[in-house]
Amino acid sequence: MRFETPTSVDQAVALLAADPEARVLAGGTDLLVRLRAGQIAPSAIIDIKRIREMTVISQEDGGWRIGAAVPSAEMNEHAALKADWPGVVESADLIGSTQIQGRATLAGNLCNASPAADSVPAMMAARATARIAGPDGTRDVAVEGIPTGVGKTSLEKGELVTSIFLPAKPAHSGDAYLRFIPRTEMDIAVVGCGISLTLDDQGKISDARVALGAVAPTVILSQSCADTLIGTAGDDAALDALAAAASAEAKPIDDKRGTIAFRKDVVGVLAKRAAKIAITRAGGKTGGET
Amino acid sequence: MSRIHVTTTINGDETEYLCEAGETLLDVLRDHLDMTGSKEGCGTGDCGACSVVVDGRLVCSCLMLAAEAEGRAVDTIEGMAQGNQLHPLQQKFLEHAALQCGICTPGILVAAKNLLERNPNPSEEEVRYWLAGNLCRCTGYDKIIRAVMDTAADLRGAA
Repeated sequence: MRFETPTSVDQAVALLAADPEARVLAGGTDLLVRLRAGQIAPSAIIDIKRIREMTVISQEDGGWRIGAAVPSAEMNEHAALKADWPGVVESADLIGSTQIQGRATLAGNLCNASPAADSVPAMMAARATARIAGPDGTRDVAVEGIPTGVGKTSLEKGELVTSIFLPAKPAHSGDAYLRFIPRTEMDIAVVGCGISLTLDDQGKISDARVALGAVAPTVILSQSCADTLIGTAGDDAALDALAAAASAEAKPIDDKRGTIAFRKDVVGVLAKRAAKIAITRAGGKTGGET
Repeated sequence: MSRIHVTTTINGDETEYLCEAGETLLDVLRDHLDMTGSKEGCGTGDCGACSVVVDGRLVCSCLMLAAEAEGRAVDTIEGMAQGNQLHPLQQKFLEHAALQCGICTPGILVAAKNLLERNPNPSEEEVRYWLAGNLCRCTGYDKIIRAVMDTAADLRGAA
């Protein structure tokens, strides 16, 4: 196995295109576990952390571009990013321990393509896009277009994600991500839910995005859930309809971390709670305790 | 296969080593550099016994390739005491009996030191969350948390 340290995106693409068995190393918190377990045997490891543009958070068109090698700890320390997209930053902050936070990246979480990836529902709700570089140039793809199955992505040969873009947050908008785990830290989501929404001048929800995690082979971006919120003030009836829609959309499996019935129930509860937080963050009012 | 030549800084000293592409920083620290203070508990980033600080950031050395350390600054448990002078955290861990078997202790000390450098006045909750990735199967954590809180109070008093 070789260890490569390209210093430009073009170099990284050339290395990847020339060697289909090479793997990209960002934070390594998934890659190294698989490598050490013998689950993968790449011909080369391509470390992208020496590529300057991949290591920075920068403002762009009123939104934020987050390099593919930026660790989530750095996002959490970025006050302006956190103020705009608290749900996305909090979702990344839930992944693993302080030590994992020092290395793990949004782009890595996306490309690892786990249905339980915490940051993916939050990014989908935020209309995040991934910038992909490859032999034919660069393209921008909505985050929901990247994972195609458990551990599988739509990336072509020689392609890698170079950054994640969070668009400008519209006025009166808020986002939130919640997950259920049996303890308070250091576990994999049994169920997750990311919501982003915008209020109009009357305090009614004019736009909403709802993404459900760990309840299907890929994260579900649910239009039926969003439709329960749009046009309402996020009152109790709307939140009950949201919970019912989320439970109906969920297609979870039974496993050691949760049963189908439990996951379908909890996804509704989380959707309600996340919607309330998002509404509050957007400057709106919500009903009583859920 | 040719090995990779790495020049890095460990505990302030410029250090060179040769490593394979697949070797972790923890492998090199323990097996090549005889710095066995960092422990391998799980090897999968779950237990924190291998915690080190790289360019100011707390990481698991089992989840970092040794080759990645080129040009970085690595701080390990071996750099914590100054000669025979224990770091205040080490002293407090002794006073509070905040360890039993000791396997987790180096990682916890490294993690706690990094916390106090960032936040000299953490709440108990902040300490508990910061150290959530450092598993201890002996103490039940309470003495560890008390030792860290006590150290923080002392260091603030001394400042």
